[in-house]
Amino acid sequence: MSQLIVGIDIGGTFTDLVALDQRGNRYFGKALTTYPDPSEGFLTVLNEWLNKYHFSLSDITRLIHGTTLVVNALIERKGAKTALLTTEGFRDSIEIGTEGRPDVYDLFANKAEPLVPRYLRVPIKERILADGTEYTPLNEQDVREKVRNLIEEEKIDALAVSFLHSYLNNKHESRVKEICKDMFPNLRVSLSSEVCPEIREYQRTTTTVANVYVQPIVEEYLHRLDSILLKEGFKGQFHMMLSGGGTCTIETACKFPIRILESGPIGGAMASVFYSRLCDFSRLLVFDMGGTTAKASLIEDGNPLLTNGFEVARAHRFTKGSGIPVKIPVIEMIEIGAGGGSIAHIDKLGLMQIGPESASSVPGPVCYDKGGDCPTVTDADLVLGYLNPDYFLGGEMKLNIESARKVIEKKVAKPLGISIEEAAWGIHHLVNENMASAARIHSAERGKNINEFSLFATGGAGPVHVCNLASILDVPTIISPIGAGVGSAFGFLSTPLAFDFVRSYHKALDELDWEHVNQLFEEMEEEGRKLLMASDIDPKDMKIIRSCDMRYVGQSYEIRAQIPNGRLDESSKESIINQFEDEYRKLYVGVHKEMPIDMLNWRIVVQGPEPKISLILNQQHESSSLQLKGKRSVYFDEFGKYVPTPVYERSSLLPNTEFAGPAIIEERESTLVVNSEYDVHVDNYLNIILYRKKDADTGPIY
Amino acid sequence: MAQSHVLNSVKVKIIWDRLISVLEEQAKTLIRTSFTSILSDSEDLSAGLFNSKGEMIAQANTGTPGHINSMAIGVKHFLEHNPPETLRPGDVLLGNNPYEISGHLLDLTVVTPAFIYGKLVGYFASTCHCADIGGIGYSPNGESIFEEGLQIPYLKFYSKGVLNDVLKKIIVSNVRAPKEVMGDLHAQVLANEVAIKSLKKTMDEFGLEEIDAIGHEIMHRSEMAMREAIKNLPDGVYFNEMETDGFEQPIKLKCRLTISGDELEVDFTGSSPASMKGINVSLPYLTAYSTYIIKATIAPEVPNNHGSFRPVHIKAEKGSCVHAVPPMPTTGRHVLGQFAPECVMGAIHQVAPKTTIAEGATSIWSIPVSGDDFAYVAFSSGGMGARPNKDGLSATSFPSSVHGVSVEIMETNSPLIIQRKELRGDSGGAGQFRGGLGQVIQFTVESRNNWNLSSIFDRFKNGARGLDGGLTGACGAVYINGVKSTNSKAVYHLKAGDQVELYLPGGGGYGNPLDRPKEKVLSDLRNNYISKETAKKVYKLQQ
Repeated sequence: MSQLIVGIDIGGTFTDLVALDQRGNRYFGKALTTYPDPSEGFLTVLNEWLNKYHFSLSDITRLIHGTTLVVNALIERKGAKTALLTTEGFRDSIEIGTEGRPDVYDLFANKAEPLVPRYLRVPIKERILADGTEYTPLNEQDVREKVRNLIEEEKIDALAVSFLHSYLNNKHESRVKEICKDMFPNLRVSLSSEVCPEIREYQRTTTTVANVYVQPIVEEYLHRLDSILLKEGFKGQFHMMLSGGGTCTIETACKFPIRILESGPIGGAMASVFYSRLCDFSRLLVFDMGGTTAKASLIEDGNPLLTNGFEVARAHRFTKGSGIPVKIPVIEMIEIGAGGGSIAHIDKLGLMQIGPESASSVPGPVCYDKGGDCPTVTDADLVLGYLNPDYFLGGEMKLNIESARKVIEKKVAKPLGISIEEAAWGIHHLVNENMASAARIHSAERGKNINEFSLFATGGAGPVHVCNLASILDVPTIISPIGAGVGSAFGFLSTPLAFDFVRSYHKALDELDWEHVNQLFEEMEEEGRKLLMASDIDPKDMKIIRSCDMRYVGQSYEIRAQIPNGRLDESSKESIINQFEDEYRKLYVGVHKEMPIDMLNWRIVVQGPEPKISLILNQQHESSSLQLKGKRSVYFDEFGKYVPTPVYERSSLLPNTEFAGPAIIEERESTLVVNSEYDVHVDNYLNIILYRKKDADTGPIY
Repeated sequence: MAQSHVLNSVKVKIIWDRLISVLEEQAKTLIRTSFTSILSDSEDLSAGLFNSKGEMIAQANTGTPGHINSMAIGVKHFLEHNPPETLRPGDVLLGNNPYEISGHLLDLTVVTPAFIYGKLVGYFASTCHCADIGGIGYSPNGESIFEEGLQIPYLKFYSKGVLNDVLKKIIVSNVRAPKEVMGDLHAQVLANEVAIKSLKKTMDEFGLEEIDAIGHEIMHRSEMAMREAIKNLPDGVYFNEMETDGFEQPIKLKCRLTISGDELEVDFTGSSPASMKGINVSLPYLTAYSTYIIKATIAPEVPNNHGSFRPVHIKAEKGSCVHAVPPMPTTGRHVLGQFAPECVMGAIHQVAPKTTIAEGATSIWSIPVSGDDFAYVAFSSGGMGARPNKDGLSATSFPSSVHGVSVEIMETNSPLIIQRKELRGDSGGAGQFRGGLGQVIQFTVESRNNWNLSSIFDRFKNGARGLDGGLTGACGAVYINGVKSTNSKAVYHLKAGDQVELYLPGGGGYGNPLDRPKEKVLSDLRNNYISKETAKKVYKLQQ
């Protein structure tokens, strides 16, 4: 019997599978994502793969799953009929929001509609004050009557409860839950003090509402999958990928489904973490370019950078402030509204703009010949010779280079008075520049120097742009892994089982009751250990990471700093202050020595051991013959013209192959463009590593 | 030639985007490190980059038009008092002249010369509303600037990196909330530092030795685009006027919009004389909001900088309520000044109707409360006017774009207990597209025996007017212990437990209410955005 771990990631288009056996062999599977029931695609890809390799479900010891189910339900508004109980007088906080406008200069911009309409937002008589004391006791009769009415008259499926200052004192919210349990044991109830115990009622409430809004869908989906798997003989553990890294049990995912919101990007990041260790690069900039956006995230010392806020379902283009805020740990992403389908146009100032409008997949870029009539980034990439018109998706789709040239000429080259090639290069280059700019700013904000990072390319259009992006960023190394197309699913496999907890205890550092702090940490650690033990993890393999959200007294934004493990007392203060000041300085240049420090949310992560993945070295081949697929004319800026360029098929490249750019390396899902500043090297795992040539010009590109 | 052209236009675009990102970083630093919810939550601030002549090249997208555009005008005064040749690395300038910058003493502008490799290439500036500036506090009751607080006349706050201790001591001993004021000033200084650091990186990367050339290019292109937008409008003269509550007596705003070729002029001559009390508007503040609305309506995509302002001319009579001169009081200038863009928009509606929206609640409702040991201000907004194709946004700040504050943050940072903060049903003007709703805010203070509230509100007497058959939005109102106040400007001396209720105005409607689809009326009714009575009487809903 084999012992397999399997990762399955459901994305917008494809459902990907990656598996590893105990010897480190990798297996891949791919199927189309199915709508409306994504579990069909899940089972299809799993069964096809099992049949193909003659495995059975009972061979799988651990299955880790990620899905876009939650984010789709929020964007498409397909969640449960949800009601919200709030403190009397405050039922509109999710509609009033920040009172700001997403775009100061656009009088026609809209904001996201709340997930719960006003008539289902019900005020309850109760009140806790800002110091945590009770001002108005909970009127239980009021709760009973109103909940009964919501169930019997409005026929709601889900209930969110968010009372003021419940992050400090959750007594009233907890009591409402008990009352609901007594009256309607099957009603799904989410408490803001459980989902997101943090100050600021608007964001806490939207997060709680979103959580319970998607809960029925997630429960139904996971329970069905779980029972089918069990019935068919699955005996292993079934875990879900969390947005902030780590995995959790099905029970936790059903209780806090909002935390599995964005599992794809974190999976991609975790995969790159794995490869970075394998290839011995500790700092990575993960670059993922798809059809409508390009994204990047930073990995340092094997850890992706996380943030505690996110906006879903933006109502006004991609503008910040027009979506629904969700406060959960997610990977911090730099996102620009420019992907392969983004449209290039000349703006009122006579300057080229790319996006945010996209030709999407329908009608798509002009070269698809599907009725698109606006020049896109893909059209430019084709005109420059980066894409092979006869080998797009392995030749399944022909690209029309003539129509691409014509539209670029008409809509970009002529208005700017330049040649078609220059216009195409301008489009390609501007996207790279925008990405480079966003990446630089992001790293600068984090106090990092971007050219000490290596670039890691994923996504359909990522490899086409990555090398020219690297030139702009002056980055010495680029990694293009094998199986980049199923990277997220692979990332699930390299993630340790982990649970995180948070407790609010708001006090100035100088006034802390250390016994209370110790007690909070002990409680959380105990809870985490229990959960890990239930997953058969040996206590001595468990790792505990503590942190706290801190700020200077009077500020309203916190930063997170590490807290030492073990028992804490007055003497721990110095190291806590040092940690905080280090983080503060990284972000904001200087610190305020004389200001007292506030402590807010105390957090821990309890995690199991890193999964041991030993990829088998592929040593049967020695670099011998390098097979050329052909040559074609490709435009490179460093030559200022088209040059005959060798083309290789990626699957024919053997370990330890080396050659110099410029070159084009084609595979079914993508094309890696190598400019003349980089050398190509294929490692033992068939990853392609590009190294910057020693004599390459390291100055600015202009 | 062609080659350099493409690089140029791509390069201009890239550097420009980068400069805006540098400014976003500056604004973000301010928000994240501030010691008041004025900046951290409400974002009552601006951040901008100026060329070596003190002309604004670019601004952060974050912030409020009143600050951005008046700061754009104000920076040159810093340089008149501190000529560039006298500036050294490490110098930081500080000023709050209301008549020459953003209109009241509470706005502190910090200007830092950017020395890159020893050369003065430009300036970073921010204007931020501070927690307190002494005098009678955030109150419209002053009768001259000398009552309104501390004046800081374009001084060096830092000299070669050393804090001006005398100035610091004067500030600390004159304001009610010294920790917050000094903390936020420090945040302003740091944010400019952060911005200079990133500017240096940007210049290194693109091999730039100065920013005037790129600034010229940006301003030139912006100016041309603005001229083009104006040229597309028919020449002519258009008028509008509005009545506001005023203080002692109603105040009339009057404007004459002249479009002539590629130039546009707005003349406020004929507006009421200045008030005796602190609601007078300075010319830079008037200009800031007038140019803002012109851009937002006829040219929203054109960047906001010195170039885009060139073809636009704003005039007002000296000594009138919209062109305050020393020593006229100005603390509550926003309550009148934010009506200026509504007034201008009414004139623009006559020439470019599809670009404009109905009148809204207009001026922001700032809620300044204070006592012997505290001074706090929160901001909140009524409804926006309906649009030609959409309902107006409820409880949304326009024209200012200053954000509200979380109730939990308000209660944590002040002794206020908020009892109610919700949308105000029936306050949006009826129409095919309904005006946005105002809100109701009720609060008290129980932990202090004596506390004060400054009422700097408007629209008690004149609701937001609708357009094209849309009806007027509900007026604003204040109740103290259940008694309705007669004047929108006042200072209340209150006792522990006294109840304050604020009814913020709604926006005006757009189009005939009878053209509103029935399902929308039903939905409004179900959600209590409108009452049964309104559904029946105004929308003629038959059940």
